[in-house]
Amino acid sequence: MLRLEKRPIPSRFWLYATPVVAVLLTMIAGGLLFALLGKNPATVIKTIFWDPLFGEFAWYLRGQLLVKAGPLILIAIGLSLGFRAGIWNIGAEGQYIMGAICGAGVGLALYPTESRLIFPVMILAGALGGWAWAMIPAILKTRFNTNEILVSLMLVYVAETILAKASTGFLRNPEGAGFPGSRSFSGSSFPAASNPELIAGSGLHWGGVFALLMGVAAYILLQRHILGFQIKLAGQAPRAARFHGVKPERLVLLCMGLSGALAGLAGMFEVTGPAGKISIDFNVGYGFTAIIVAFLGRLNPLGIVLAGFIMALTYVGGEMAATNLGLPSAAIQVFQGMLLFFLLGVDVLTNFRIRTTLLGVK
Amino acid sequence: MIRRTLMTTAAAGFALALGGTAMAGEPMDHVKACFVYVGPIGDGGWTFQHHQGALAVQETYGDKVEIQWQESVPEGADAERVLTQMALGGCNIIFTTSFGYMDATNAVAAKFSNVMFEHATGFKRDSANVSTYNARFYEGRAIEGLIAGRMTKSNKIGYIASFPIPEVVMGINSYFHHAKQVNPDVELTVIWAYTWFDPAKEADAAKAMIEQGVDVVASHTDSTAPLAEAAKSNGAVIGFGQASDMAEYKPSPRVASIIDNWAPYYVKRVGALLDGSYEQVDAWEGISGGEVLIGEITEAVPAEVKAEAEALRDAIAAGSYHPFTGPINKQDGSPWLAEGQTAPDGDLLGMGFYIEGVTGDIPQ
Repeated sequence: MLRLEKRPIPSRFWLYATPVVAVLLTMIAGGLLFALLGKNPATVIKTIFWDPLFGEFAWYLRGQLLVKAGPLILIAIGLSLGFRAGIWNIGAEGQYIMGAICGAGVGLALYPTESRLIFPVMILAGALGGWAWAMIPAILKTRFNTNEILVSLMLVYVAETILAKASTGFLRNPEGAGFPGSRSFSGSSFPAASNPELIAGSGLHWGGVFALLMGVAAYILLQRHILGFQIKLAGQAPRAARFHGVKPERLVLLCMGLSGALAGLAGMFEVTGPAGKISIDFNVGYGFTAIIVAFLGRLNPLGIVLAGFIMALTYVGGEMAATNLGLPSAAIQVFQGMLLFFLLGVDVLTNFRIRTTLLGVK
Repeated sequence: MIRRTLMTTAAAGFALALGGTAMAGEPMDHVKACFVYVGPIGDGGWTFQHHQGALAVQETYGDKVEIQWQESVPEGADAERVLTQMALGGCNIIFTTSFGYMDATNAVAAKFSNVMFEHATGFKRDSANVSTYNARFYEGRAIEGLIAGRMTKSNKIGYIASFPIPEVVMGINSYFHHAKQVNPDVELTVIWAYTWFDPAKEADAAKAMIEQGVDVVASHTDSTAPLAEAAKSNGAVIGFGQASDMAEYKPSPRVASIIDNWAPYYVKRVGALLDGSYEQVDAWEGISGGEVLIGEITEAVPAEVKAEAEALRDAIAAGSYHPFTGPINKQDGSPWLAEGQTAPDGDLLGMGFYIEGVTGDIPQ
């Protein structure tokens, strides 16, 4: 019989082996799924993981990986700080939307002014929007001890409603003949508020730059700063943290605020860059996918950067597989879901070891 | 300036990457036709119908045509990537089947001048290789309105609207106008669901209407949820199939339906590419072109109402009747169409007002 036994200290080996094993298991189980759908599993796996990097159109798709990974990394970095401290912000999607609306709103209010200052102000507004939206569950938690998981999640749906209102109402393009959607930020229509590719074809825009910078900043924070130590301590040993002088309320406000601000930034860069405008379907689930990325990256900033790219690979490669090999898009989503499933499954091995015992023998 | 130069370089890169595709105007031996869908092909409504059109293309031309599609593509940055991948992958013609793909379609089309792009329900044709196509669904709404006006016992009819865009507003107006013509006491309740496809929200909207006494529910959203809600009333509430026939709710609550039939257009356009007669168009066909079909009117509707509805359908198909024929006033009482005047297409495509008699406001 198999039995789980708690390890005295978490296994360092499994801490780092878990993501690798999870990716491999996803490939195997996903391959089975694809085979059952009548496709050659090897071809599908190659299309997803190899072609975007080294295939015929890699010169285009590599840049797209960066476009896709940027917001995931930015949001996941913020989330990981809270997750480490045991603060569960599940509503990054809503903060992402509010950041986009606030950032875009400030820009649109100044249309068609041309000034170098507009874009930095929009960045600030985006971060503030995400921060403010995250403050609602944070303050409710510190004041009334509500559950931040539920409140932040519910606020996603509120944000979606505000987004629909923005694109059909208060931010709608006055020259759009009544169609929903704001003025466009892309192209030459409003250069001062635009977030174009910094090097054409590279896929790198300011969002990507911020994502990488924040990865480094979070790494330094966690390794070298007292605040990083407090965050880690609060997650591992809440009682010890309190003796150490960590104020849980302050930590909740700080972690929720930081993750909200980063999600807001991601939304702001997305709406002014790749998405190009506020529209009803602007959000595509980055805020939720970033949760997977955060865990896949072991809540470690550098791991998250890597995980963001792997996740982006499943998106971009998954699209290729769906189009070229005729796979249903649901199969790709199942494939991505498996990744989190196996990750959490294998993660048990970090804290537990498997013992085999004979039946009836203790 | 540097930014712009770099953009041009990128465009040149794309042009180089192409090479060898046939130019429009010359017959082609083989066409790869690609379709981008906003929902899953099994949604039973909007996307399902587009996919039926794609399959009809395959059926018609056999091995002269290869079809490819991608389901559930979000509108925005992801659409642009999917379109680029398709264009790079050798698609000769790409149908983008949702309004939200408008900017992505035009952006990618500018980079791939040898690939033909067809955008459904949009109005932007920035380059010569972008065509747009739509269907006159308001013609179908006229028939639904007539049936609603005749069938309602409470004189309260409902419309589950998706988004406040001209397409939807013209559907509401056509529906109400034709209900009012046969039943001057009729009142219309509009609920905005702010979604194209969300069974839970659609069911809530239907429930709210029915509780207010509405007994005929039309919807501009794609799921069967409103019909499922109407079915709970044991025949007291009726509704219509939307986008697809939704025949599983026959004979009641589904008493008729508007079926989007994209097959004739898709077959025609791919055929034109094959024989070299392809040209940029802005297509807007209706019942007469076969793009809007009225599904079977069931026995739940009295024979004389059915005959009246079918006569209306045939008059629209023959072109002898336009659903928006004056006199029609706007909601505020100001005149829109004079006696005998029919609505110009431009008025319809930018429609941002209710006609006289509709209560409530279009959300701003």
